[in-house]
Amino acid sequence: MTSSTRPLLPKFVGERIKRREDPRLIQGLGTYVDDLKPAGLLHVAFKRSDIAHGEIRRLDTAAAEAMPGVERVVAGPELAEIVGSIPVATAYPAPEHFPLAVHRVRHVGEPVALVVASDRYSARDAADAIVIEYDELPAVVDAETAEQNDTLVHEGFANNIAVRAALGTGVDPETQQPVDDSAIESAFASADVVVSQRMVNQRLAPTPIEPRGVVAHYEPGREYLTIWSSTQNPHLLRTRIAQALDLGEHQVRAVAPEVGGGFGCKISTYGEEHAVAAVSKLLGQPVKWIEDRSEAFVATSHGRDMIGTVDIAATRGGDITALRLRLVADMGAYEMLISALLPTFTAALVGGVYNIPIVRSEITQVFTNKTPTDAYRGAGRPESQYFLERAVDMLARELEMDPAELRRRNFFQPDEFPVTTVAGGGLITYDSGDYERTLEVALKTAGWNELIAERDAARAEGRLVGVGLSYYVEVCGAGPSFLIPMGGWEHASVTVERGGKITATTGSSPHGQGHETTFSQMLADHFGVPMEDIAIVHGDTAIVKQGIGTWGSRSQAVGGTVLMLAAEKVSEKMRRFAAAMMAPEEVAPDGLVFAGGEIVTNDSPAIARGFAEVADFAHVPVPLPVGLSPGLSEEAFWEPEGVTYPFGCHISMIEIDRETGEPRLLKMVAVDDCGNVINPLIVDGQIHGGLAQGIGQAMFEELVYDDQGQPVSASFLEYVMPRATDLPRFELERTVTPTPLNPMGAKGVGEAGTIGSTPCVVNAAVDALAPLGVRHVDMPLKPERLWRLIGNGGGA
Amino acid sequence: MIPNEFEYRRAASVEEAIAFLSEGAGEATLLAGGHSLIPLMKLRLSEPGILVDISRIPELRGIERQGDTITIGAATTHAELARSALLLAEAPIVAEAAAEIGDAQVRNRGTIGGSLAHSDPAADLPAVMVALDAQFTLAGPQGLRTVAAEDFFLEVLTVDLADGEILTAVDFQAARSAAYAKLVQRASRFALVGVAVSLSIEGARCASARVAVTGASSHAQRLRAVEAALVGATLPAAAAEATETAGDELDFVNVDLHGSAEYRRAMVAVFARRAVEAAAARA
Amino acid sequence: MADPITVNMTVNGRPRSAQVEPRLLLVHFLRETLALTGTHVGCDTSQCGACTVMLDGRTAKSCTVFAAQADGSEVTTIEGLATDGELHPLQVGFWEEHGLQCGYCTPGMIMAAAGLLADEPAPTEQEIREGISGNLCRCTGYEHIVNAIQHAAERMAPA
Repeated sequence: MTSSTRPLLPKFVGERIKRREDPRLIQGLGTYVDDLKPAGLLHVAFKRSDIAHGEIRRLDTAAAEAMPGVERVVAGPELAEIVGSIPVATAYPAPEHFPLAVHRVRHVGEPVALVVASDRYSARDAADAIVIEYDELPAVVDAETAEQNDTLVHEGFANNIAVRAALGTGVDPETQQPVDDSAIESAFASADVVVSQRMVNQRLAPTPIEPRGVVAHYEPGREYLTIWSSTQNPHLLRTRIAQALDLGEHQVRAVAPEVGGGFGCKISTYGEEHAVAAVSKLLGQPVKWIEDRSEAFVATSHGRDMIGTVDIAATRGGDITALRLRLVADMGAYEMLISALLPTFTAALVGGVYNIPIVRSEITQVFTNKTPTDAYRGAGRPESQYFLERAVDMLARELEMDPAELRRRNFFQPDEFPVTTVAGGGLITYDSGDYERTLEVALKTAGWNELIAERDAARAEGRLVGVGLSYYVEVCGAGPSFLIPMGGWEHASVTVERGGKITATTGSSPHGQGHETTFSQMLADHFGVPMEDIAIVHGDTAIVKQGIGTWGSRSQAVGGTVLMLAAEKVSEKMRRFAAAMMAPEEVAPDGLVFAGGEIVTNDSPAIARGFAEVADFAHVPVPLPVGLSPGLSEEAFWEPEGVTYPFGCHISMIEIDRETGEPRLLKMVAVDDCGNVINPLIVDGQIHGGLAQGIGQAMFEELVYDDQGQPVSASFLEYVMPRATDLPRFELERTVTPTPLNPMGAKGVGEAGTIGSTPCVVNAAVDALAPLGVRHVDMPLKPERLWRLIGNGGGA
Repeated sequence: MIPNEFEYRRAASVEEAIAFLSEGAGEATLLAGGHSLIPLMKLRLSEPGILVDISRIPELRGIERQGDTITIGAATTHAELARSALLLAEAPIVAEAAAEIGDAQVRNRGTIGGSLAHSDPAADLPAVMVALDAQFTLAGPQGLRTVAAEDFFLEVLTVDLADGEILTAVDFQAARSAAYAKLVQRASRFALVGVAVSLSIEGARCASARVAVTGASSHAQRLRAVEAALVGATLPAAAAEATETAGDELDFVNVDLHGSAEYRRAMVAVFARRAVEAAAARA
Repeated sequence: MADPITVNMTVNGRPRSAQVEPRLLLVHFLRETLALTGTHVGCDTSQCGACTVMLDGRTAKSCTVFAAQADGSEVTTIEGLATDGELHPLQVGFWEEHGLQCGYCTPGMIMAAAGLLADEPAPTEQEIREGISGNLCRCTGYEHIVNAIQHAAERMAPA
């Protein structure tokens, strides 16, 4: 019998709780990097290349230097002496990449020189006054012919090849080269049905609404650099900048203030961050650079840009017997931190949720004279599931099979898990899955049969309406350090202060994901205290001792787990203090429970001590209990043994205007299996955002370059961003399949929406046009492209 | 993001504005809503030395009717046009076209005069004015003159407005059987193709028609062949046939990421038909 | 160098005065001169709406207005929306309905919504989506923003 007079706090984990981040943000009181104005601040503007490829013949900074307010002009050679080349974290050979171009420019937007001035306006005026003459070189623009192009983007990388690799059947996993084609050739030769299609997964701009920005302040007296940056990983930034400036990490503090979105393009450390830090060290003053949107379109990394030729083989009855992917990935002009690995993620998952006995990927990664590509929400996995799910959909059509039935037939079955896939070449083992169940939930939620009937009725009226279904598996929650070049662990500390309030630090670095809320939900439940009594601190390496950062949908699975490990160390100590305080009663610490702001025995009559009371005692422990040290502050590092493989099923309906080709998305259903949910409101938000970006790729967005390497859609006037009027309401459901890889059973959900929705929407568009004989349409679903397929103006 | 330096003058009257323009000797540019000019200045595609702000001149604002003539002051904002009870009753095409410009914030600042004088090839109001046979009042050092809308728009971003002149007002007759149909360029929200149609219907037959296109070519212009095909036609039945080759009439057609010439020509026909049907339905 | 000019305007109910370059954009005047950093810059082609403020009672993109043009005007920024320390119903709505994630588009989005509700106190879902079509959000997919605005509209409706 427990006392009924003690108020119990409600449980927070699993509840729809509004965010703790919001009060400051809805009042405009959040501090983003451009809001920082240290005394004596100087401003940087960059002069960037306006050609795609060329040698710098002449660089004249005299006019710029003479302009009012200008402190300094810095060009490539001077900066290269100070910081050298920006290193990458992958093992593949990578070309040199100088923060300011030294001899040669390799993409429109590459920085060539910078101006430091007293204010932003003067800096811009002076940057425009820098004169650069180039000996222009031909631009390598087309990725598929880059290998044959006489022009090399980088000497030392013959045929413009950055990486050539293979994965899967008949491939030597050590060398990543194909050694035996017999199995794959015979599978295709003997197949009842083979479907082949070249598909373009087009170049995109991640476009967080806050562009990039840096403030750096080197203090010469202390020999200490502080750098604030709109980054997803301040600890990585600290490591990189320290290395570049020949400082120890103990001499650098990196801070991610409020960050206005990342989506993968704020992971790598950029030339601008190196340059601004170096300039601050040169001048001994704080220096700021804020990116304009026009710069962001050419200087912030792009996403996707892979061309896949997929061949899929099956029996007449619908058993998929083989899959082959030939992939050409456009790296752009330089490699970024781990960009060279992304096509491998694509290849490793291209078998998806299907038990395909023979899967082979052949990857060619090429350099071109365009902005570098890098991670963008999904980072290799959206491309993977796009190629696969389009191929599966085309196969269903070829076999005249229901798309759900074809998929169902080929799923890995629940009793087969854990399953090491052929596509992954031995590297990928799916931990758990019940694909059939999630498919059924999706079909039911969407009202599949009614949707088909609705589509058929619309068709009878002459309308072009289509229904699309796609499945996906993805990988997140990274991860073991052998998989992540920077390390895959996370760090957390939990401190119970005097007075009983809690400060927790996390190496996760949220930029919209709501960890201040979800992490305090977890700690509040653990310690039995209100959420408001907990501060979640992130983003500042001076306070958060160590960390890896937020990307790849890892913060709940890894950051959340290590947080609870640190919390458990503290609560264990608190139990022992509490037990000591309960003397002369002999109380077993292990039996004590945290509830309602107290630490209390589990039996009757209960003995209790207040949480704050115990905290105070721990700080003035008189007498000091045997075996305990004062204080309540613990930390933990932890990495999972493996990565998680969430999955899901998306269904959509689209209508295409017969006269104009304009597509309109009518319905979007997403059923995602992300494991246990800490805050359903926040998880819904993450899925919505991912869906919007996945739909954006399918329907609207593309970065286009002309044959001179000039970007043609490098502003919001040309780059079509999804707006509120473009998107329907989303219908979400969840299934929960536990993962054994972390105690919370959370898999990660940040990128799921993006991965499932893209092929789903394209499948729906193809369905709408199928009665006209259309088998495939490339993205985005531009009105004119669809109009031509409809047969207006001739041909597909 | 940062425009070049300039000097700023605010004019309290049309006379003062004309004087500032003259003093400026070719360096001065008018500023009303700024939503055509300022974006260009921020990209440093336009670098005027002097800006003459005419947005607060009282006689440049307002929507009035005298008899059958509606007069709109050039500094009237798109938002004011969109919610004008007078326009919604007497010339809804103007209110509706204005309501489709950009977005709410742009409409609060952008002005009809600014849009017409700038003449972006894909702007909406120029086509509407041509379809309504609007007359533009221009004030300059030499006094006032009037130019018909269809004579005002000459070439890409080029209009019949001399240095030192100000477009002060537009006049047109009330027009209820008029409609504007637009294929939206999905990034900029400008018209990939926009067709404005104003009809007079007697009985079931079209007695007269004015059809103007924007977005497809260098500037807003009439489609006279379509107009001729519409006169005498029974509408809406004959709308499709009358507009079928509407796009062929244009000598020069814009080509960009969002549409080829062939697509634009085809869309001119589609949207001409849609505008005719909508206008006829209002008769 | 162009001569500086004096601008006077009322910002969030307070008269403010400063000497500025004629080319100073209103958004920079607010952010830099007045240190009201709640209004954000997200693009340079007047498309994203992150810089939306109220200018003489109507929403405007402050990146496409010179401070000089606002001389004599009334400006309300996100910092001026709450009254007497009490959050505006839109701010409450965005909080209750998870209408923000990274928060960068949020001040402009809330100001745009304020303009919408002033014109249209009981908007349909479609009217809400059109009313915020001048504001880009990359995080939310807009649905929770629509919910937030509906939340506010219901509570702002005359009883």
